[in-house]
Amino acid sequence: MSFFEMHDPAGEVRSCYAEVQRWIHETGVEGLRHRLEEAETIFRRIGITFAVYGEGGDPERLIPFDLLPRVFSRQEWRVLDRGIRQRAQALNAFLHDVYHRGEIMRAGLIPEDLVYRNPAFRPEMLGFSPPGRVYSHIVGIDIVRTGPEAFQVLEDNCRTPSGVSYMLENREIMTRMFPGLFSQGRVRPVDNYPSQLLDSLKEVAPPACKGEPEVVLLTPGALNSAYYEHSFLADLMGIELVEPGDLMVDDGRVWMKTTAGLKAVDVIYRRIDDDFLDPLAFRPDSMLGIPGLFHAYRSGGVTLCSAPGAGIADDKAIYVYVPEMIRFYLGEEPVLANIPTWQCGTPDGLEYVLAHLGELVAKEVHGSGGYGMLIGPRASPEEIAAYAGRIRANPRGYIAQPTLALSTVPTLGPAGVVERHADFRPYCLVGKTMRLVPGGLTRVALSEGSLVVNSSQGGGVKDTWVMGD
Amino acid sequence: MLSRAADNLFWMARHIERAESTARLITMGQRMAVLPGSAHRDEWRSVLQVTGCANRVEGGGLTTEDDIVRILLLDPENPVSIHACLVQARANAKSVRTKLTQEMWEALNLSWRRLEGYPVEAARNELPALLDWVKSRAAIFRGAAETGMLRHAGFSFIRLGGGLERAQMTLRLLDVKYFVLLPETDVVGGGRDHYQWTSVLHALSGSRAYHHVYGAAYSPANIADFLMVNRMFPRSVAYCVDQMSAHLERLAQEHGQETRSRATARELAALLNQGRDGALFRGGLHEAVQACLALTNRLALEIAEAYHF
Repeated sequence: MSFFEMHDPAGEVRSCYAEVQRWIHETGVEGLRHRLEEAETIFRRIGITFAVYGEGGDPERLIPFDLLPRVFSRQEWRVLDRGIRQRAQALNAFLHDVYHRGEIMRAGLIPEDLVYRNPAFRPEMLGFSPPGRVYSHIVGIDIVRTGPEAFQVLEDNCRTPSGVSYMLENREIMTRMFPGLFSQGRVRPVDNYPSQLLDSLKEVAPPACKGEPEVVLLTPGALNSAYYEHSFLADLMGIELVEPGDLMVDDGRVWMKTTAGLKAVDVIYRRIDDDFLDPLAFRPDSMLGIPGLFHAYRSGGVTLCSAPGAGIADDKAIYVYVPEMIRFYLGEEPVLANIPTWQCGTPDGLEYVLAHLGELVAKEVHGSGGYGMLIGPRASPEEIAAYAGRIRANPRGYIAQPTLALSTVPTLGPAGVVERHADFRPYCLVGKTMRLVPGGLTRVALSEGSLVVNSSQGGGVKDTWVMGD
Repeated sequence: MLSRAADNLFWMARHIERAESTARLITMGQRMAVLPGSAHRDEWRSVLQVTGCANRVEGGGLTTEDDIVRILLLDPENPVSIHACLVQARANAKSVRTKLTQEMWEALNLSWRRLEGYPVEAARNELPALLDWVKSRAAIFRGAAETGMLRHAGFSFIRLGGGLERAQMTLRLLDVKYFVLLPETDVVGGGRDHYQWTSVLHALSGSRAYHHVYGAAYSPANIADFLMVNRMFPRSVAYCVDQMSAHLERLAQEHGQETRSRATARELAALLNQGRDGALFRGGLHEAVQACLALTNRLALEIAEAYHF
């Protein structure tokens, strides 16, 4: 039985949802559905779309938007805020450790093999300390809920977590369409995220930067599925949106090609994978990237956000050890728990997973976006057998977790309010200081009972409210 | 601003302008094709010639309206078709999203796929409505830029692209139609030539404006004057050159550097200025048009060179 976040155990509407309840009641289902169509028209017109890989039809699909907000009370947010910051701090400490003395491996808390033979590990980063010792400047932590007090971390995203534009746009559209909902000022604002992001990026300017740092956002280009978000964020921060071809390296510094000649760049918020940053450092066969970028980075000519190699911290095999990291580096107990995870790479884990695959959720260690995963209870015996074969062929490539009774949130269905499973991704900013806007992206599975919230698999998004007082 | 951004703004404006010009040309072709006796004169061919697409029709037969709809309106593979221009303009816009206002983006993003997979037969039946739609998209885009866009360098690159494309369309139209404006046709006179001239003016939305400037009578010399050297008519070559010169000057000031493109614009303006006493046309209208076309081509290259496209 799932926990429905709108109700308390007695079935009464929880106080943080009182405003939402009143609004649903006053507007009526018909009225809400009508306004939802309006919202979709606005999204389509301003071009908030999401490119889906490898599927036919409309190449720029709209992510379904759900009108009913998800609400966290002040007390709930206090816990989340503490847990998120704690985790972001530990993950950055781990990254510095991995690329320096490796104390946590020496202490025997994390197997060396798992780190140093991991494809996400970048030996090129060994011995180098990025400005402020920050590796992951935007930490997106995916959180699920299984009960009133039970928040659990599903996975970490330390490279370039996406989706924050939906957090901002969802709020924007709700404020535009239903100003009355926000007039009392009880919902805490999130719209200062772009300026906080820019502040964080400026704080990690490289030694070569004199004066006001020039920050740019590096995108692979207009065909990338998150391009809308790239241009949206660059716009709100008032910085240039650059493609690899706009940049070049000369004399230890990075320059962008402008109509007035070359202009120095200090900080690059890159939304490009490590592999495609610099063909001289990472992938010689790549035609993409900026030759010499990595050298300029290591010699203090430019800062890359996030640091190359930051992905080792959000690897699904490393995930298991994050609670240990929190204890080891911060001397604290984790505020947010992990989900119990079996690693198929260990003999015990493999045996357990193969014997219980029908009850578990199995995932590829390096997969993302909900692709390549098996939801045991929903799969046919043939699918389970086939998946077991894939695990046996490459045990290290898989992990498995119990099927959780994820909480549900109120969602607008054709005939009224329905309960749908959701997760939550806040975005923690790390510069000289740590910043966290009260909110994040709530993704919701739109079909009944579904546990998959990924937008590439038919999930939707909704506004997330954190209540003030 | 980024050179790539300037490049995309310049081409975005060219693509929109080209889509609109092509829509106007097709409208002109429709008017001319319904003239008595036009069946054996292949009026549609001149439309293809103006757009540089004459080689896209195989065989020696007459060009049909179907050909025009297929080649100039719908063909996604033909880079000058209206469909391709709209798709291209939107792609340019998308890669410089941050330089555009919301309204400008919406003008290009709304129904940009409308012509995708459109059946030729249906497009023929709805041709006037489709062409009007294209013109209105262009008008909305320009209006959005006019009233909402910051007057930063990006605005100048948009205006340069639009001005250049418009000047070239007028020149190409004159180049293909110059024979009807030759002095000899004064002698021939007759209904068809009269209709041809007015069609050319219609293609450039200039028939009413022409009368305001030159009175009721059509004369080839006045039409050539109107389309080439008149400085009030916004589709004349001289007007476009004036506009481009202003934006080139502004860019040169902002970037603190003199460019060769400004010299070329001055050369073009001086050449057109000779038209005021007829000297431009003394060597022949065709030659004058060719000289102007060559200069506008050079101008485009020099702009790209000066701002590192």
